[in-house]
Amino acid sequence: MADFETPVLGEYQTIPHTHPGAMEHSKPYIAKPEVQKPLGFPGELVPDWENVAVMKLGELVSKSRALQVFLDSCVKCGACTDKCHYYLGTSDPKNMPVARQDLLRSVYRRYYTFAGKFFPKLVGARDMTKDVLDEWYSYFHQCSQCRRCSVYCPYGIDTAEISMAARDIMDTVGQGQKYCNEIIGKVFKIGNNLGLPEPALANTLEGLEEDVKDDTGVDVKFPLDVKGAEVLLITPSADFFAEPHIDGLIGYAKVFHASGTSWTLSSHASEAANFSMFIGSPENLHKQAKRIREAAIELGVKRIIVGECGHAWRVAYSFWNTLIGPFDFLDQRYPIPQHICEFTYDLIQKGALTFDKSQNDDKVVTFHDSCNVARASRMGNMPGGQFVIPREVIKACVNKFVDMSPETIHEGTFCCGGGGGLLTDDLMELRVKGAQPRMLALQRVVEEQGVTHMAAICAICKAQFSKVLPYYKFPMDMIQSVHGLVSKAIVLGPKE
Amino acid sequence: MSAVTVIYALLFYVATAILVIGVARKIFIYARTPQPLKIPTTPAPTTRLGVWMRMAREVTVFESLFKSNKWTWLFGWVFHLCLFVELAWHTRYFAEPVWFFVPLLHWFIVFTGLGFLGGLAGLWGRRFLVDRVRYISGPSDHLMLALLVGIGASGLSMKFLAHTDIVSVKAFFLGLMRFSWQPLPADPSLLVHLTLVATLMIVFPVSKLLHAPGVFFSPTRNQVDNPREKRWTAGWSAKIDNTKAAEG
Repeated sequence: MADFETPVLGEYQTIPHTHPGAMEHSKPYIAKPEVQKPLGFPGELVPDWENVAVMKLGELVSKSRALQVFLDSCVKCGACTDKCHYYLGTSDPKNMPVARQDLLRSVYRRYYTFAGKFFPKLVGARDMTKDVLDEWYSYFHQCSQCRRCSVYCPYGIDTAEISMAARDIMDTVGQGQKYCNEIIGKVFKIGNNLGLPEPALANTLEGLEEDVKDDTGVDVKFPLDVKGAEVLLITPSADFFAEPHIDGLIGYAKVFHASGTSWTLSSHASEAANFSMFIGSPENLHKQAKRIREAAIELGVKRIIVGECGHAWRVAYSFWNTLIGPFDFLDQRYPIPQHICEFTYDLIQKGALTFDKSQNDDKVVTFHDSCNVARASRMGNMPGGQFVIPREVIKACVNKFVDMSPETIHEGTFCCGGGGGLLTDDLMELRVKGAQPRMLALQRVVEEQGVTHMAAICAICKAQFSKVLPYYKFPMDMIQSVHGLVSKAIVLGPKE
Repeated sequence: MSAVTVIYALLFYVATAILVIGVARKIFIYARTPQPLKIPTTPAPTTRLGVWMRMAREVTVFESLFKSNKWTWLFGWVFHLCLFVELAWHTRYFAEPVWFFVPLLHWFIVFTGLGFLGGLAGLWGRRFLVDRVRYISGPSDHLMLALLVGIGASGLSMKFLAHTDIVSVKAFFLGLMRFSWQPLPADPSLLVHLTLVATLMIVFPVSKLLHAPGVFFSPTRNQVDNPREKRWTAGWSAKIDNTKAAEG
């Protein structure tokens, strides 16, 4: 990796002047043939790939109203130009959402529109060439598909849809991204992103039971593959392994324990994440999600609850019913699927949980809204419940909670900088620079309100912040799982 | 029958046909193309009525643009509002007797011509003054603004500088609609105005002006946020049959 400088955090967010080419060197590793094959993609650039790419583009547009409308409707008004965290952090103009879209739109125009066929110069239409492909590979892997641009676009154009399409086309011609495709392969082969096989998983969970017993003296179970359990918990596999994720898993287990809910994990579907969304591949998206339906039927559960993971919650909330429904075999009295925060929140509302908030008195906590939860899903019954419910869960567990600046939370939240399949070491510069807007907002509440910790409900956010916080001179353990806070404060068993 | 009359009569028949057929074709394509997954930008309304209201705010007060940038919003909104009033006002050339709202617009029409040009000037200024917007502006973006400014300027010149015989203009357009051609006055500003308007009509279906019908079909804005309550399927997702997969 080339050396780079961590952005300096000023007093307030400034919009940089454009520096063309500032990030054109940024490229993730290309997937090797053995990584491509299990996903049904060619191992290397296919013969006549230019035509294959153009045909695929036409096919995708004909199958997606979103693409059809988004590619026609942009008027270049500039509303999105200062909204992308990667533009703010890198100042590369091709990281402005409209410019990123134009990398693909220019090719669409050339081959599929009257103006582009006959007046290419006038409307900026381009032939599909190797240079264009390389540019796609670089800049469509500088989009975390966070949808912040789509909030501000007067036509709701969502760059995430366009970057997914571009990645699908690149996979189709044989130029896939190693990080995402390798991970998807692991899910097909083993069942989770980490490649953690059943014995190792069982072992980990046993260890956790012992840890919690030592810690609290209570027998909190971490069941695996238990038939007839009430709840199947689908959670990102990072929860089995990484800090601070694992504190979250312990928190879920304690909430299940305290509420007397029987639950289980599944070794067949030991992954909530679905990276096939990032690469825009419907077949793989369906194939990955299907494991969860299979596990739920096999185990005979009545409910599915999803752990803390941003894009997984998008896939679960927005896509599961479409992809792996209908869920007529589950208990219709509960939301299908239900977010762990919804589950905990309901119990709190009912007064079914007891908390000792003072256990978290060493912390002043703020909350980072994860992009896919904020802008691509919901919790609870009302629009915006995804903002209210996690905060209410936190407030039930900590005495000191403050929010960051209004323009950096809720629907305007900034991506952590590592979403959308970019959470890989070969994109470290991009990840650090893309985190700049969030780090600035965090710095303000640290300085002005004494914030010590930032909680999140996304495995990618947690991993990204653990890595990136030190670049900005924050301690890496500043990032917390929401259910890690729950875990700390929840009172198990009878009150003393 | 003068050559000018014949040329402009034919021009407007052709332009109208291209506009109507071209836009209808696009609307047909948008309506026919499936949206396989639920992708509303959330928080989104959870009912159909809520979606209608969201869309109404989007197309009347440009809600999202307002969130984004107050200057772009101001210029864009003033321009579109004035354009809308001007279009309504211009129906007086196509209807006899004029429609009920036309006399009411008399009070606004003094300002809308200037607002139209002022809004465009602001939008065009951004394309030169803001480096990010300059970067994304292509030749067609400038030409489109030039076209609209030309329409506004030629229109205003007839209002304030050299009046044209609007009674004859109206007779010309009513004649076109009734297939009984009437002579068109050959005033230069009128001919410029009409040429540019016809050009705009012709390029409409092949240009970014498609944002006008497009916004109504934008899935991030027109979808109801109810994927858990109601199973959504369309296009490739409608072909999914999980019950079969489970048995097989």
